[in-house]
Amino acid sequence: MKAYRSMVLVSSDPLSIKLGAQDVYQRLQEEIKSHQLENEISLSMVADIGHSDSSPLVIVYPEAVIYGPVKPADVKFLVEEHLKKGQIATSLLAPVKELSGHISWLNARAGSLPAEQRIVLEHAGIIDPTSIEDTIVHDGYSALRKVLTDMKPEDVVAVLEKSGLRGRGGAGFPTGTKWKFVAKTQSNKKYVVCNADESEPGTFKDRLILEGDPHSVLEAMIIAGYAVGADEGYLYIRGEYNLAQERIHQAIAQAEQKGILGKNIFGSKHSFQIQVHTGAGAYICGEETALIESIEGKRGEPRSRPPYPTTHGLYGKPTLVNNVETLANIAPIIRNSADWYRKFGTPSSPGTKVFTIIGNVNETGVIEVPMGITLREVLTIYGKGMKDGATFKMAQTGGSSGSLIPAVLQDTPMDFDSYAKAGVSMGSGALLICDQETCVVDLAKVLLNFFRNESCSKCSPCRIGTQRAYQILDNISEGLGSLKDLDDLQMFSNYLYEMSNCGLGQTAGSPLKDILNYFRSEVEAHIKLKVCPTGVCRMSGHTSIN
Amino acid sequence: MTRVKEKGITVKQAVKDALEFYGEKSEELVPILLKVNKELGFLPNEALKTISVKLRVPQSQLYSVATFYKMLFTKEMGRHVVKFCESAPCHVAGGRQVWSALKDELKLQPGATSPDGKWTLITVSCLGICALGPVMMVDEDVYGNLTAESLPSIFARYK
Repeated sequence: MKAYRSMVLVSSDPLSIKLGAQDVYQRLQEEIKSHQLENEISLSMVADIGHSDSSPLVIVYPEAVIYGPVKPADVKFLVEEHLKKGQIATSLLAPVKELSGHISWLNARAGSLPAEQRIVLEHAGIIDPTSIEDTIVHDGYSALRKVLTDMKPEDVVAVLEKSGLRGRGGAGFPTGTKWKFVAKTQSNKKYVVCNADESEPGTFKDRLILEGDPHSVLEAMIIAGYAVGADEGYLYIRGEYNLAQERIHQAIAQAEQKGILGKNIFGSKHSFQIQVHTGAGAYICGEETALIESIEGKRGEPRSRPPYPTTHGLYGKPTLVNNVETLANIAPIIRNSADWYRKFGTPSSPGTKVFTIIGNVNETGVIEVPMGITLREVLTIYGKGMKDGATFKMAQTGGSSGSLIPAVLQDTPMDFDSYAKAGVSMGSGALLICDQETCVVDLAKVLLNFFRNESCSKCSPCRIGTQRAYQILDNISEGLGSLKDLDDLQMFSNYLYEMSNCGLGQTAGSPLKDILNYFRSEVEAHIKLKVCPTGVCRMSGHTSIN
Repeated sequence: MTRVKEKGITVKQAVKDALEFYGEKSEELVPILLKVNKELGFLPNEALKTISVKLRVPQSQLYSVATFYKMLFTKEMGRHVVKFCESAPCHVAGGRQVWSALKDELKLQPGATSPDGKWTLITVSCLGICALGPVMMVDEDVYGNLTAESLPSIFARYK
């Protein structure tokens, strides 16, 4: 794929097709060609870009302008105005408020291009993260004040439930429900734990939040303490994040000095203190019960559940464990209301998602966009296209526990439910973009190597399953595979999912399942023809036999 | 114990400092081990024994914790520890080529220490700076966007 100046998308859901989207597409093609813009502008039809009374829709990026309903006769004018002269064809603009679903975010685009919607990273890069005063000037701790002066604990939980916020650590569990569970459990002592043990390869969003806006996480933890009835919090940061640790320690000291942390915060009855605990290099400690074990000074091995941490967590007490990105959403929701939050994203996954774009694209980095954006949009707009004119083959989402998303799914909205329906997973928000030179066997081997190294070895399905799957993939990559290996890989994938104790083992088999589902012919070529189609695998076992 | 001597701090002192800083509490075990590891470069048996007595944690349990976490070492390392990320994001971005050049450059296999005690090469799962892949750390310094050609000049900075 090459880098284009603009990208034009035409909706092609059944309604749009019925109303002439196909003709619009053809006219666009002709007009773009007649202006000799075909090398500068990419044109595609996309399946579902949200319901609208304005179908068929035409969306032009990077400005993210929505036109609709567009008739074939309008196309000439649209191309001349927008694509040739670079002016927005105002008369054709879609009435944005009628749009629902994930594209309503375009309404709120900022002045900078490409448009992003920043909620959790709103202040990162704008405020001085080492200054509590600067944070307070930018709304910092105003949500906490509101909560402590105007709201009852159950009101806070109700707002969260209404907002529809779902955990951003990967599983997507409704945050309000989790808070309610902990709040309802009777106990003389409860804990709030912030999970900042971000170790998914490819994910560094939590690091940027902690480094760029550390107070937003502290504020949310204090609010959480008030809502669930806890007076003590732990922030578990991974050991490698030196700057984030420094910033958090400094932020806690500043907040304590201002009386925002400690006894009777803002003159209320709520008291709260936060302790920082550093990880020591273990991926598995991102699993909430393993994290709790690690805080208690033990090996980070996940506990058997139930009981869940909401009733039996840290030191056996009810414990609320939330991811950094989840917590960073709390204060904006309280400040602006649950209805405001639901304006972003999709109905089942409201809000934004921070993605890290890495791999074979022209521009890597971090973006915050509404839930429901598609891979195609991310790739073209924010990744600025594939590097060196390469072809997009697949994306690996959510670090190592995510899925391999083949190019055919690049128009599926990225939200928890749409991805689950397509049989893939969004994970924690990493998007590793791979080009046609990437070998799926080699990639799966690297992923399984990660899992076999990071498996805590407590339960045998994971300890043995990841090791065996790695060996099989290694054999295939050396040209020593047999067709039975494919069945075995499928079997290991199933066993890992069904029998492992925790999320690590359960998701460890998903790369196996994905390569067999989407790239089976490529794997078979390694076995039957003893050839690696991309030339990545050494296949040395085979050549040495000859 | 070249490194211990070099830093001018005895095992006894390092353990004492860590226990004073975090308190003699078993729930502070991981931070205590981390601090001692940082001071000495690894966790000598002597250190584990003392900590075991002070925290009233059996030595076997202490050892099981010390070997669980990747940032804790129970064997003495070289003067400089090279940590190379072997995860998918770095691998896809050219890490494969850099890794084989790295092994040639240091003439080491993963997990090994050079005979002169200068280098130890280990692989790690992720360093959290994936947009800059391939990535490695030499001691506390991070290097990103690595190429096979850039390696000799980086290693030349370390004595």
